[in-house]
Amino acid sequence: MASRPESSLPPELYYDDKEAKKYTQNSRIIQIQSEMSERAIELLSLPEDPTIRSSLLVLDVGCGSGISGAALTEAGLNWFGVDISSSMLEIALENEVEGGLARCDIGHGLPFRAGCFDAVVSVSALQWLAYSDRSTANPIRRQRAFFTSLYACMSVGARAVLQFYPADELQLQLLLNSAMSCGFTGGLVTDYPESAKARKHFLVLDTAGTRPMPAAQDEAGGRHSTKQQQPMRKGSKAWIMRKKEQYRRKNPDSKALPSDSKYTGRKRKPRF
Amino acid sequence: IFKISNMKLILHNMLTSAMIKGVKKGYPLLLRATKVELQPVEFDAGFVVHMLPRLDWSGVTAAVQCLNQLDLLQDPLPELPPTVPDDYANNEDFLRKAHIALMQLDVIEGCLVCPETGREFPIAKGIPNMLINDNEAA
Repeated sequence: MASRPESSLPPELYYDDKEAKKYTQNSRIIQIQSEMSERAIELLSLPEDPTIRSSLLVLDVGCGSGISGAALTEAGLNWFGVDISSSMLEIALENEVEGGLARCDIGHGLPFRAGCFDAVVSVSALQWLAYSDRSTANPIRRQRAFFTSLYACMSVGARAVLQFYPADELQLQLLLNSAMSCGFTGGLVTDYPESAKARKHFLVLDTAGTRPMPAAQDEAGGRHSTKQQQPMRKGSKAWIMRKKEQYRRKNPDSKALPSDSKYTGRKRKPRF
Repeated sequence: IFKISNMKLILHNMLTSAMIKGVKKGYPLLLRATKVELQPVEFDAGFVVHMLPRLDWSGVTAAVQCLNQLDLLQDPLPELPPTVPDDYANNEDFLRKAHIALMQLDVIEGCLVCPETGREFPIAKGIPNMLINDNEAA
């Protein structure tokens, strides 16, 4: 399988003019990005009324060449987009996108005042925060800077839907943890969870706690409520099972571990 | 829906340099424009009414004064009251003036300046460059 773009270069160097051109010419890339943008907008669960929509302001994180911006405009929404790559922003200008643009590094924190945005979307951008190529940059610190500033620049009750491509389970958990430690409620929604190829991860983050999580999409095209994936808490049943599995892998012949049963990790009666 | 991606005063009003270490507030960023244009944009009262409470109004009036002084336009921008009127939601005259200032004035070239550190952020092709170095970050 081809290596991931994030493992070769940082985004401001990876998305040079040649790479950025693919985002105008490669119809498959454009189609996939468009579909994910539309799905992200759907997950925002904004009112359908076009008069309400045209009064809102959305932030597009990692707007790139403007594919997601076009979807936002199509959905009747005003937006500002930020991206680190000048080549990609050039393409956005050529495409005559209908949103304001700014260049910045989201890992330093977003350059916006408090409470500006009614909603936030991001398509295929956040995984870049999982990597660090410079000795001065710490990925966790960058993630925290991003999520803290994201929370701050969202209005009360606003929702952020952030699609991203984690390289593995660890990256996924780290990003999820970074987000949830910055004051958001919500969690992860994964479409087509059974298929390694088709699965799509969306971080759905709310600034006010009372909204229900949207339903994920599965193979049959049906919608079902997925239990939102919380970061694995130490001492939880999932954590216990994972620890036991790790031990078994390292010590396949050991008989020291009790076998799993319906009592494993069961909630005990509080004794105090 | 507003057209064209050039920096408008509504975007300028929301930008801050607060991601720089040591900066307390970071707005309003001083606007040093060298090239501006007036673009027609359809007036959407609902959008202006929705955005007004979020804006730092003194930052808006300061930017308008600054631009009028620079004398880069054929006709100056309409004068805005120092505070947002209480009846703004129904005051179409005020909303239209605010709309012209916030949505129709495009800043194509120039720079933004952090009011606390003097750090400059260039604007080229209507896009402000808010990139900072790792050692400047908070």
